[in-house]
Parts: sequence; C-alpha cells; structure tokens
Amino acid sequence: MPLKRGIGVSSGVVVGTAFVLDTEEARISKRLIRPERAADETAIVERAFEAARAEVVEEREQFAARAGSELADIFGFHEHWLADQKPRHEIISLIEQKRYSAAYAISVFMRRYRRRFAEMSSPYLQERAKDVQDIERRLLFHAGAETRIGVEELEEPVIIVAHDLTPSQIVKLEGSKNLLGFVTDLGGSTSHTAIIASGLGVPAVVGLEDVTRQVSTGDTLVVDGLHGVVIINPDPPQLVEYNAQAAHQRTVRAALAELRDLAAETKDGHRIELLGNIEFPSEVTHCLEKGAMGIGLFRSEYLFMQQDEPPTEEEQYEAYREAALAVGDKPLVIRTMDLGGDKIPNANWEVEKNPFLGLRSIRYSLQHLGMFRPQLRAILRASAHGDVRVMFPLISRIMELRQAKFVLSLVAEELEEEGYEFTQKIPIGVMVETPAAAICAKELARECDFLSIGTNDLIQYTLAVDRTNERVAQLYTPADPSILRLIHGIIRDTHKLDVTLSMCGEMAGDPFFTILLLGMGLKTLSMAAGNIPRVKKIIRSISMDDAERVKRRVLSFETEREVLNYLRDETRKVWEEA
Amino acid sequence: MQPTTKHVEAEVRVLNSHGLHMRPVTEFVVMAGKFSSKIQVANGKQVVDGKSPMDLMLLGATHGTVLRLIAEGDDAEGAVAALSKLFEERFHVE
Repeated sequence: MPLKRGIGVSSGVVVGTAFVLDTEEARISKRLIRPERAADETAIVERAFEAARAEVVEEREQFAARAGSELADIFGFHEHWLADQKPRHEIISLIEQKRYSAAYAISVFMRRYRRRFAEMSSPYLQERAKDVQDIERRLLFHAGAETRIGVEELEEPVIIVAHDLTPSQIVKLEGSKNLLGFVTDLGGSTSHTAIIASGLGVPAVVGLEDVTRQVSTGDTLVVDGLHGVVIINPDPPQLVEYNAQAAHQRTVRAALAELRDLAAETKDGHRIELLGNIEFPSEVTHCLEKGAMGIGLFRSEYLFMQQDEPPTEEEQYEAYREAALAVGDKPLVIRTMDLGGDKIPNANWEVEKNPFLGLRSIRYSLQHLGMFRPQLRAILRASAHGDVRVMFPLISRIMELRQAKFVLSLVAEELEEEGYEFTQKIPIGVMVETPAAAICAKELARECDFLSIGTNDLIQYTLAVDRTNERVAQLYTPADPSILRLIHGIIRDTHKLDVTLSMCGEMAGDPFFTILLLGMGLKTLSMAAGNIPRVKKIIRSISMDDAERVKRRVLSFETEREVLNYLRDETRKVWEEA
Repeated sequence: MQPTTKHVEAEVRVLNSHGLHMRPVTEFVVMAGKFSSKIQVANGKQVVDGKSPMDLMLLGATHGTVLRLIAEGDDAEGAVAALSKLFEERFHVE
C-alpha cells in the first residue's frame, strides 16, 4: 500500500480516516443527510447526470466545428460516460448506505474513481484522470455544490488531507476536538503550520507534494509525524503495528495528562514556572489545559499577516483583551511586532539584501511610530483585563530599550488623559535574541523587569546560520558549546539582579534540555503547549543536585554530538519515554 | 421452442498505441449497445461490463494487452464478431 515520505513536523502516530479538504472550485456544504432525505438526494443525482449529459451534448455541437475532432471525441466519451447507469448507481448506493448528500456522494465516488487512474501503468491513461475531473465538476455543479465546506465542521475524528493549511485553519480544526492529525502537499519544517501542529500536539506530515491527489475521503491513513511517513490504506500487518504504536502513545499521553494539576517541582522542592507560547488568543485555553501557569510569549504577528492593512488599534485591543480574559489572573506576555518589512502589509518597503539583519522588529517599530503606538496603546488598554506584560523583540543595544520605553511612556500619558484604565507600571521585558543582548544582558536587566532568551534567533545569529537554508540548516543546533556557554553567561550575569529570566525559544520546550537548563539556573520556561507535560515530567523526576551535575559535565564537552548523546542518556534515565 | 442462449468468447489484442482510451471505449460502447446480449470484457482476472464506459476505462488496457470478449445472449455471435473487428480496425482512431 502506498507509503509516502514527507517532512514530519509534529511527532506522534495516528491511524484514522482521511478527510480531504476540497481544493477545487466546487464546494460541498453538507456531507451527511437525514435518512428521510435519501430519496430526494437520489433524485438530485439523477437530475445532475441528465443535466450534465445534456450540457455535454450541447457543447459538443457548439465546439465541434471550431475545435476539431479530438474535442468531439472527448465530449463523446463524456456523454457516454454520463449515460452509463453504473456510476449513478454506485453514487446512489453511497447515499442510501452512508447517508451522504448527493454532492458529497458524487465527490467521494469521483475521487475514488479518479484515483484508480493514478494507479494505471500507462502515463496516457493516468492523464485520463483529468477528464474524470471535468465530469466531476460538471456533476457537482448540477448537484448544487456551492459553498466551501466549513473547516470547523468536523463531525467525527479524522485526519485532514489538504493542499495547504493556514495556522488559523489548524487552530479552528483542532478546536473541534476531532482532528486526529493532518498531512499536506505543501509546507516545510519551519513553517508556521509546523509550529502550530507541534504546539497542539497533533501529528502532522507536510511537504508530500501530491498527497491530495492520492487520497480520497474515507481512506484509512497512517500518519507518523516523527518519521514523516504517511501510509494510504495500510495492509493488515501495517495496521497492527501502527495501531500498537498509537495505543502506546495514547497511554503515555494519558499518564502525562495526569500531571496537569501537579506542581512543576523538582524532587527536592525547587519550583519551576512553566508558561505557554501562543500565536492566537484561542490557544490560551489549550495551554492552560496542558498545565501552563500563564503565557510567556504571545506572538502578535498574525494580526499583521491577515489582511491588506496593518491592524487597527481596536482590532489589536480585541485580540489582546480576548487573550487576557482567557488567561485570567495568570501572566500574559505580549511581544510587540516581530516582522520584517517584507511581511508587513502596505509597508512601502524596499528589498533588503539581508532582511534577517535588516529593518525588522523593534527597529522597524521605532522607525514607524504610526504603527508602533497603536500596538502599544492596545497592549496597555488590554492590561486593564489581566496581568499583561509587554516584551520588545530583537533588542541589540540599551538605547533601543530606552527608546521603546520612552514611546511606551508617551502612549501611557495619552491613554491616561483620554481616561482609559490600564496598568500604570506595566512590566516591561526584553527578548535576548541577539549576541549583543546576550553579552550585555546585565545592563539590559537593570532597565527592565524581565528578560526572555529567544533561542531560535539567538542560535542563528550566534552560529551565523540560516536555519531555513537547506544547505546549512544542519549547522543550527542549541547543543553547540558556544550557545550553552552564552546561555550560561546570561543566567550568571543576571542571577543576582532584580529581574526575572526566562527562555521562550524551542530549546525551552525540548525535554532533552530540561535537566541542563535547570542545572544552569533557569527557573522559568515558556514553550508550546504540547511540550509542557513532558517537560514537567522531567522536572518532577530530578533533583537540583542531579541537574547541576549534568550541567557541569555538559559544559566540559567540545562538540554538539557529545552534548546531545549525554543529554539523551541522562534524560532517558529519569524518564524512559523521552 | 426456446431460443438458444449462446455463450461466445474470443480473444482480442489492443492495437492502439495509447491503449483502450476514450475514443476506443466510446466506439466499443456504442457498438456493444446495439446488441441485446450481455457483454463482458476480461483483462486477466478483471472482468467488467462491456457496456459501461466507466468500467472499460478502468480496465487500463494498454497497447498489446490481450483481452477476452464474452458475450451471452441471442445475438452473442454477432456481437463478438463486430466487436472483434473494432479491435482489428484500431477503432478507426489511428
């Protein structure tokens, strides 16, 4: 049975029924019908066939003269195909037996039929699948298929198969509680889709190129998000094997879920604060369900990527307020805009040779107060609804922090004059993600309330590696001794100061680094929701002495390999499922 | 006296370079439709209804494939003869 390899972006094994999100023009609004409707839907199918056939005959007459005999052949075939009783009988039995609506039954049947062509040995015959698609469109049109199937309307647990999925689609799908996993044609390992999937703990494989053409709704799929493997209609031995794996994972996950209300405390009583990273307000609930004690990073970028204009103050306020209300009395750290001009709508932006080292994030904000001030106003106004804190990204010098604080104080004065309620002394934080900020962490710490180590960018800038460049991506690693030394330095430099230090990059959520980070002295970690249970499990399984021992050993290593091997061994010793 | 129901089979070879594609299938179906007998086409173990364009396309019969025509009914002989001829004449396509 077809086994496809793509990029595994969110680990986990799941076996389930595929649901293909339609990518063609026709959309089907309703999948299932009440049994009483079967006769009506059957009539729709019959009429659709007749109407499609009549249409083909008419078009053939119209075009035959102009387009020549080949087109006439094609239409001739379509006409006979539509006159054939077999397809309509098969479709009608789908209505009667599976309670599919007419449009949905047509779609399911035609997809399966089309797929048989993909399996043919002759390329010419494989191409005939396109003709079938033509007939399908015609039939669907006459069966009244129109509106796009709601991404929210998952009625039973399924694995979504789509050409591409936007982060907000994924979040909506996950919200229905019926999303077992998903696979897509497009996508890479660092795409937003990947981040969201692993954050939600939903197995996902992307970059499969043509999986939407090979899978039909109703097929059984195996998805292995760790190895990037997708199996379509597995044979019995494969089913047994993968079902066993999936069951084992469910057991582990259930055991982890029991940790939810337990403290993230080492065996010798040291408390660690575990927070969640989110992209959308709707993810807050998920984080809290996994045991997060607050939100350590609310990335605000999606607000800037959804429309043709940057978001208004009101739009941002609504989003921040929604998140604040969802978090309740726990902390909510909102990071200001962290994009380059290339991604900001209407930015009037010029091409940069090195956007990564260019006008982005706080630099962009400070040069575009027309955009920065509304964002700060929105964040301040939202602070009336909870423990909201503001964080500035990509700070690379103390002057930047001072400027940002200055703008914030101006905005605060405005709001006060206008009579708004907000937290006067809103906690201010800085993301330590440039080598400059890491080296001068002490100075920065004196002028803000908290620091958060953004390892994703910090590693790239320090190792001089673009992790999205396939040629060098393998050089990106949190385990490089230089990175470990840098982080250790930040922790030591700020240790005695009146500042809270946390880490919010991927490294914070990687269970293999937990022991080390604790041993170095980190007390606050912010991560994707899906990682919280695992990290908590590790924390609860060690003592601070263990952690410090591991730290001392690790800091003596010279290579990434030694570091990773050692950390994996030590972690598996305390939790074999790691 | 009951009319005899005949069962006639014959082997045919697909001579068209692109195999049994749309035009041949259409021709076949039109011809098969003229006869009252039940008509089937077999490709190895796969046996399909010869009057269904849908089924015939799925046979995926490529150039050189040897198929078996099976007809059952009063005009079975005539059906097989006419249909075999179509194969020989490459369905008037090439």
